[in-house]
Amino acid sequence: MADLTTDFLGITSPNPFWLASAPPTDKEYNVRRAFEAGWGGVVWKTLGAEGPPVVNVNGPRYGAIYGADRRLLGLNNIELITDRPLETNLEEMARVKADYPDRALIASIMVPCEEQAWKDILPRVAETNADGIELNFGCPHGMSERGMGAAVGQVPEYIEMVTRWCKQYYDKPVIVKLTPNITDVRKPALAAKNGGADAVSLINTINSITSVNLDTMSPEPSIDGKGSHGGYCGPAVKPIAMSMVSEIARHEPTRGLPISGIGGITTWRDAAEFMALGAGNVQVCTAVMTYGFKIVQEMISGLSQWMDEKGHRNTADFIGMAVPNVTDWQYLNLNYVAKAKINQDACISCGRCYAACEDTSHQAIAMSEDRTFTVIDEECVACNLCVDVCPVQGCITMEAMEPGTIDPRTGKVVEKEYANWTTHPNNPGAVAAE
Amino acid sequence: MADVMTPGLAVGRLAAEELAANFEDLHPALTPHEAVVAADRCYFCHDAPCVTVCPTDIDIPLFIRQISTGTPEAAARTIFEQNILGGMCARVCPTEDLCEGACVRELAEGKPVEIGRLQRHATDTLMARQGHPFARAESTGKRVAVIGAGPAGLACAHRLGVLGHDVVLLEAKGKAGGLNEFGIAAYKATDDIAAREVEWLMGVGGIELHTGQILGESFQLEEVAGSFDAVFLGVGLGGVNALGVTGEDLDDVVDAVRFIAHLRQSKDMSELPIGRNVVVIGGGMTAIDAAVQSKLLGAQSVTVAYRRGRDQMGASRYEQDLAASRGVNLMFNVQPKEAHADEDEYLAEIELEYTADDGTGLKGTGETVRLPADQLFSAIGQTLTLDAGLELDGRKIAVGPTGRTSREGVWAGGDCTPGDDLTVVAVAEGRDAAMDIHRALMA
Repeated sequence: MADLTTDFLGITSPNPFWLASAPPTDKEYNVRRAFEAGWGGVVWKTLGAEGPPVVNVNGPRYGAIYGADRRLLGLNNIELITDRPLETNLEEMARVKADYPDRALIASIMVPCEEQAWKDILPRVAETNADGIELNFGCPHGMSERGMGAAVGQVPEYIEMVTRWCKQYYDKPVIVKLTPNITDVRKPALAAKNGGADAVSLINTINSITSVNLDTMSPEPSIDGKGSHGGYCGPAVKPIAMSMVSEIARHEPTRGLPISGIGGITTWRDAAEFMALGAGNVQVCTAVMTYGFKIVQEMISGLSQWMDEKGHRNTADFIGMAVPNVTDWQYLNLNYVAKAKINQDACISCGRCYAACEDTSHQAIAMSEDRTFTVIDEECVACNLCVDVCPVQGCITMEAMEPGTIDPRTGKVVEKEYANWTTHPNNPGAVAAE
Repeated sequence: MADVMTPGLAVGRLAAEELAANFEDLHPALTPHEAVVAADRCYFCHDAPCVTVCPTDIDIPLFIRQISTGTPEAAARTIFEQNILGGMCARVCPTEDLCEGACVRELAEGKPVEIGRLQRHATDTLMARQGHPFARAESTGKRVAVIGAGPAGLACAHRLGVLGHDVVLLEAKGKAGGLNEFGIAAYKATDDIAAREVEWLMGVGGIELHTGQILGESFQLEEVAGSFDAVFLGVGLGGVNALGVTGEDLDDVVDAVRFIAHLRQSKDMSELPIGRNVVVIGGGMTAIDAAVQSKLLGAQSVTVAYRRGRDQMGASRYEQDLAASRGVNLMFNVQPKEAHADEDEYLAEIELEYTADDGTGLKGTGETVRLPADQLFSAIGQTLTLDAGLELDGRKIAVGPTGRTSREGVWAGGDCTPGDDLTVVAVAEGRDAAMDIHRALMA
């Protein structure tokens, strides 16, 4: 039986599934229930400086987009950091940590970019016995207008500066949460590392408008006829988040910097994918906001089963395993040739592959009178669009051609040797093969 | 007060509430939520198989996509452009044999997209709005007589009206609608839908309805052919086949078509007499409709006796199962031999003979069985009664692909012409004939 116990920055938790700093972790009641449900750790909803707490809007905070059957695919929010007094949160954190010593409890913090502000709050957080802190440099709405959140995360120099203060005034792990609302995530990640961060966590939410009400012409969520961009999260952002995680994991200057993966993680499989791309653990929010805390049971059982099947004894065994396979386009093997193959027994003859290929791709699927769909190898470039649009999983597959056989599309022999763009004759900058 | 055990024919075997519940909508309207969920399941197939099998070629994936994007009115237009009786067809089409039977999700999961109910959702939504969705073209001055206001005639008249022709619609009965009004089981056409649909359809303008006009009695084909620019015949099948057995003339041996028509026009089901033991002879939709409704009226036992095997039955498997679920017995390979009366000359029993086919045709085996019967419905097919000198194809009016008969200027469609006797087929034939009439008149 696989051991899901995860050590992240010396903080152990019974599994790698943490709840991200967000509405689900705003108070003791929720966090206790989350721990009872089985969550390995919690990043408490972001604390602000002492004094009157922030206020939230009194209308809708969330907007959503849906897939089929109203499955929530993307959620955005315009909620701010905790709107409860600092002291209340700290007291509750201390109580919860005392009752659940085996679970990770991290304090998320966002205070103004002044040394004194950090110097003031850090000792108070330390008193709670929280296992570490996470610096919220990611919130893209509201707080960023006040020079905090993403406004800090978008300036590497600020990240480095604040991180350094935290390492100076706090002696437990410091995680820097990164905003995706930048052009190159490697820069803020490196800044965090240079400031002494123990880890980065990503991604925070993405600037977004989920929809426009066509009757009132207001963006949603709408507050009295007006809308503001919110932070986008949920399954729709997972591909963006995974790419960013992989960038940090494989970039030489940041390689080895621990990563807590965040962004649309909904199932054990999503979590395993993030971890394979270098995340030491994962944080979840939208999935529990959609389905409740109970989903962690599926995440635990699913990850355990998969690890057993693959022979991984603990999570460290597979963390980062996929990183060496993330490369630049120019290094992809241009001698690899595949063809689509349609399993006629599984095919339900909907013809979506045909419509997609015929209208928008390479006219590489033939349709017979009796609605049998077959791939025309002479035309197929293996683009995968037919696989992607087919409603039956596994019905269409991409089959690699054996080296030595002839690709009917090009008339050329499929070469066994790897060759990429850097040496390709069509590349003006190609380096001649030695 | 009568109950299910009361011998002979009796009215009010069931309480009013039970009767009302029995005759509720078989496929109730989808709620908006149900419609969205159902529409989500459509894969928007390429050259979709559901469209291929639809006799009226409704673009089903398009109308379902229109529903799923919150525009059921646009969906209804997509439907009505092909099939102006789309509301009724959504209720009465044997979708299990047509669009839903061809749905790729039937193949994938044995659960097709609910096309019929989605169609009803769209058409109900548009019909509930004020006004008629189609504008009539400027008058062409051409006059067309449409004989028979059933599905074929109505579809033809509407299309002609849209195109700007002046239509005189001549109906033999006191009311338009044809089999939609008189021949479909009540639980498939609740809330007076057939009549409401006719009224809505006539809203296009240019159609003048005259009821009580019987071809061959009130007027002759000669006359209309001479005084109109074109004629469309959608007269249906006016006669019923005789059982050809002793006892057929007993009072309680009746034609199922008449029974159903009577039931459909009845305002109060508790005033309809029904037997305790009912036997229906036949194997088509009429037999099933008569049998199920007999049961719903409170008959204690209802049996459908069909002379061939289950696979040859005209009624779909879905309809057979519906009948079975309502408590109707289905007997196969039995044919009527004799209807026996009691001493008071009331029907008492039907004697059935088993049949077998040894490859030389269906024959009685000589073995018989008697079922108690105080009411017997005959549903063994209907026949063309019109004799207007037109060329026939078998027992129906011969027509070309667009409904042209052997007589110049006369078109025909619906059940009086060859092809499946389905509302949706009749609509397609009426519509196509209208387009051909239009071409001929405007040439």
